[in-house]
Amino acid sequence: MKLTPEEYDGLSKQASPKSKLLQDCLWAFGVGGAICLLGEILRQSYLAKGFTLTDASTMASVTLIVISAVTTSLGWYQRLAAKAGAGTLVPITGFANSVVSPAIEFKSEGYVPGVGAKMFLIAGPVIVYGLAASAVWGVIYCFIRTL
Amino acid sequence: MSTQQRTGDTIRFSEPPSIVEFGAVGGKKEGQGPLAAQFDLLFEENTFGEETWEKAESRLQRHCLDLTLKKAHCKPEQVNLLLGGDLQNQCTATAYTMRNVDVPFAGLYGACSTMAEAVGLAACFTAGGFADTVAALTSSHFCAAERQFRTPLTYGAKRTPTAQWTATASGCCIVKPQGDGPYVKAVTFGRVRDYEICDINNMGAAMAPAAAETILRYCADTGRTPADFDAVYTGDLGIVGSRLLAELLKKEGVALHNHKDCGLLLYDIDTQEVQAGGSGAGCSASVLAAHVLPMLRRKEHNRVLFLSTGALMSQITFLQGESIPGVAHLLELSSQREG
Amino acid sequence: MGFVWAFVIGGLICVVGQLLIDLTSFTPARVLVTFVVSGVVLSALGWYQPLVNLAGAGASVPLIGFGHLLAQGVMDAVESMGLLGALTGGFTAAAAGITASLVCGVIAAVSSHSHDQN
Repeated sequence: MKLTPEEYDGLSKQASPKSKLLQDCLWAFGVGGAICLLGEILRQSYLAKGFTLTDASTMASVTLIVISAVTTSLGWYQRLAAKAGAGTLVPITGFANSVVSPAIEFKSEGYVPGVGAKMFLIAGPVIVYGLAASAVWGVIYCFIRTL
Repeated sequence: MSTQQRTGDTIRFSEPPSIVEFGAVGGKKEGQGPLAAQFDLLFEENTFGEETWEKAESRLQRHCLDLTLKKAHCKPEQVNLLLGGDLQNQCTATAYTMRNVDVPFAGLYGACSTMAEAVGLAACFTAGGFADTVAALTSSHFCAAERQFRTPLTYGAKRTPTAQWTATASGCCIVKPQGDGPYVKAVTFGRVRDYEICDINNMGAAMAPAAAETILRYCADTGRTPADFDAVYTGDLGIVGSRLLAELLKKEGVALHNHKDCGLLLYDIDTQEVQAGGSGAGCSASVLAAHVLPMLRRKEHNRVLFLSTGALMSQITFLQGESIPGVAHLLELSSQREG
Repeated sequence: MGFVWAFVIGGLICVVGQLLIDLTSFTPARVLVTFVVSGVVLSALGWYQPLVNLAGAGASVPLIGFGHLLAQGVMDAVESMGLLGALTGGFTAAAAGITASLVCGVIAAVSSHSHDQN
């Protein structure tokens, strides 16, 4: 065949069905919004119980993490995510799902090399680069303060 | 040996070997698909009664091998060689199946192309007089493939529309030098083709050039065209790869109107949420054994071309940014020994 | 109104993630890393706190909020202990979320099993 990879790239782009952008975005908006709304309801109820603002936020996050872990264990979170896309990926529940799901999956390879080692297979980079960025910011902030 | 003919890449058998028996076993989704009634055995649970997905795949293969041998009235000790493979790292599903089957075993890896590779080699062994009974056995398991190639099964991710669904299925063929058919008339082993597709979720696009290449070489070697056949089956190109195959052949002046893809036959792509179609070493294997070979046996097809296509990347090469090489092996199958 | 803003802002942040996945070659893992790092940057620039004030959990639950949490934690720690705070602040602020996730992970691994998607 006398086709160049560049020409083939064009052909394959034409042949590949595109994501249904509007539908995907509506799902992401609806489900992502609903998870955040649940978070806000939890936060407000913890505030009403007398938690401080920071603690109420933390408690709301922890509650969402637990809900995510339970639904992940039951296989429900994956089923919702197959439709919701970023709507279940971006909230903290998605982070919890990304920790809990490899823990469950790699149990068959043992608790140390499987569960322990592979738990942060997906979430690891988030923690690594998040904390690295925060450390950089900490140094900059420290410098700014001395000005 | 001298009576066999090889022209170019195509081996034509003067005494075409026969696929005397075949069997297909599928899992849950396969049992809800359009070919369900044609499978020999279907399971509701993809665990197949095992604890891990890897063991489940071996169990699936074992079911397939056992029932095919039974259909062929053939004892394991009568098998001179088993050629087989799967998608697991180091081909372990097949190797672990063969721990308990006392038959010489040669493991193959051709990703989703393994079935045509295995049957093609089996035909060569039997036609060449090196073996009297050769079994070709391949499988894939959605869950085993998913946890190895993609993400944990309970991880929430949306599939892209070009992604393909790994079939939980196994197919087996018993090849002998003589028999009542269907017959393997010719084999064209494919060359690796890479048109720099890097998207692991678009395997159809990565494999289509290899399929086109093999078909073109077969046509050049034999002077035939796809129109000379009742159907041209490809294994696992899916929607995207099927479109591209037709496009690529059109550019070379070859019309392809009788094309069917195993990945699109195995599932109802409108309702079963498999995105661009099925894939996996078990996909073309089970469609061959459940659908194509029975049609040849019932003489509903007289002559077909059957290609299995494989994407030969690994998780490591993908992460290193390498593009995805494809390969396609072709079998010319016929309901009649002569002609 | 707080609930409405939580839904709308949270939903919109998720839509940004979806657009990145659909329109660019971003993998989900890359989206998450981008979001966390952007959260740190936006928070450092002082642009994210107003959104948190407006939308509450709508801004703190998405992963950008996790970045914001890290950045704020680092600032608090630097205030109280100087440069060393750059190393301790992030993890301290994120401790509850990370520990809760991994404890849940261990419990789930013990009590649950892999689920077929078929």
